[in-house]
Amino acid sequence: MLNKEPALAAHLVSFRYGHDQVLDDVSFSVGAGEFAALTGPNGSGKSTLLRVLLGLLAPTSGDVELFGVAPAKLRERWRVGYVPQRLRIASDLPATVLEVVRSGRLAKQGWWRRSRAVDREAVDHAIESVQLTDLRARKLTELSGGQQQRVLIAKALASEPELLVLDEPIAGVDIEAQRLFRDSLVHLRNEHGAAVLLVSHELGAVADDLDHMIVLKRRVLFDGSPAELAGTGVSLGVHHDDLPLWLEELG
Amino acid sequence: MGGLPGMPWDFPWPFDRTYMQLALLAGIVVGATAPLIGVFIVQKGMSLVGDGLGHVAVAGIGAALLFGTSPTWTAMAFAIVAALVIEWLRARGSATGDLALALVFYGGIAAGVVLASRSGTNTNLQPYLFGSILTATANDVWTVLALGAVIIVVIAFIGRALLAVVLDEDAARVSGIPAGVLNTVLAVLTAVTVVAAMRIVGVLLVAALMVLPVATSRLLAPSFRATLFGAVAVGIASAVLGLVAARQWALAAGGAIVLVAAVLFAVAAVVSGLRRAGAQAGSLLSGPH
Repeated sequence: MLNKEPALAAHLVSFRYGHDQVLDDVSFSVGAGEFAALTGPNGSGKSTLLRVLLGLLAPTSGDVELFGVAPAKLRERWRVGYVPQRLRIASDLPATVLEVVRSGRLAKQGWWRRSRAVDREAVDHAIESVQLTDLRARKLTELSGGQQQRVLIAKALASEPELLVLDEPIAGVDIEAQRLFRDSLVHLRNEHGAAVLLVSHELGAVADDLDHMIVLKRRVLFDGSPAELAGTGVSLGVHHDDLPLWLEELG
Repeated sequence: MGGLPGMPWDFPWPFDRTYMQLALLAGIVVGATAPLIGVFIVQKGMSLVGDGLGHVAVAGIGAALLFGTSPTWTAMAFAIVAALVIEWLRARGSATGDLALALVFYGGIAAGVVLASRSGTNTNLQPYLFGSILTATANDVWTVLALGAVIIVVIAFIGRALLAVVLDEDAARVSGIPAGVLNTVLAVLTAVTVVAAMRIVGVLLVAALMVLPVATSRLLAPSFRATLFGAVAVGIASAVLGLVAARQWALAAGGAIVLVAAVLFAVAAVVSGLRRAGAQAGSLLSGPH
């Protein structure tokens, strides 16, 4: 029987920095195996919401659940994979692709344990799924921006997560890298049944694959399917009334 | 004068004297452990934290001279408390952290000088400021060996997880790796390393032994693992060659060790530059015609 429990749910989440109300009664959920996108104009509270959803920030009010429990109470943390913006990785890090991806497996294998055969296979599979097998011994610093981003996705995939959360992963990445990025996410959902929450204002690469859209500007402005969003006159395409322009008007 | 009691063989020159053999043992341990910690603190952008903790350790030495307690363990207590305060400030992302660090560090060395002057033995700070490996006693060396063993065992246990934390602390936290605990352990180990290295290169030069071998290894190593082992090898080589130079030319051993580390960095920088130039020339020759 399928588990109907949402992978992620926010209930009336509010957050303020001092007097600045950043999030106001935000509620939505991402179902198991669902491919969702959270978008909104710059300064809409996306990054803050992401940190609240992952348990890195406590909301001022409301609550968040990952697989039905508060983030702090989730014991199997490997079930959540997180892909940060690539700029957060130190530019002079001497680590190889293999070393970075292996570090993503630690949560599942036990950070104090040595790798077993099953861990090595999972790491190899994660590298293969982002098509970086030939570059596994190369240093992260020798790769292009798009390749580095795929390394971070492989790192998150190495723990075989049931929910993958990605923060602005395709900003400034070329078209070919975006296509490979999209293939990696579709592989994760189709082959492993994982839910994906993509936080971005560039959704063109995955427009045809999304099940669910959430548009945020301090509060939730839209929560539904891409088809329902298109019904409002906004599409994820590239013509004059596309999403980036609409978001710009909102901002 | 012979070698260490119980040694089954004679050491060749320049390690044919007991004091040189003790210095060699201590130098190898510090040469290995300082870069082992350094590889993580450099990656966290905290290369000079060892220098700051060294300043605070001076306050511990001053207090030990005044109150008649053990300089090593008193300095250790001061350095660990300072390391925990620094880690707390770093984790809070405090805007005033930089200023607070300056206050802690310079307050530390000033307190050390003042406390030592009150004890009436001001000159006794000298061996701790600049190192005095050639006068280290067997007890000093056993302490260094024990502290070094603790550092190596702990890093062997948490090293992989520490790499995940320095790669991306938020991602590590989200995945359930106890980043806060690991950062605290690293801070304490840094303090322990500073105190272990205190008698060898002195608190004013300890940061160099934590950072220079890492910088050298990073220029040539193809991976993080190779950087780590390479840094340890450079640290040990610096200690051994520095001691040889100190014996040959009657130099201050601590300074000689750090100078050797600086020369090895310069050599690695030249090799790395030549290698890069060679690779560029190769790609130009094999490029489109």
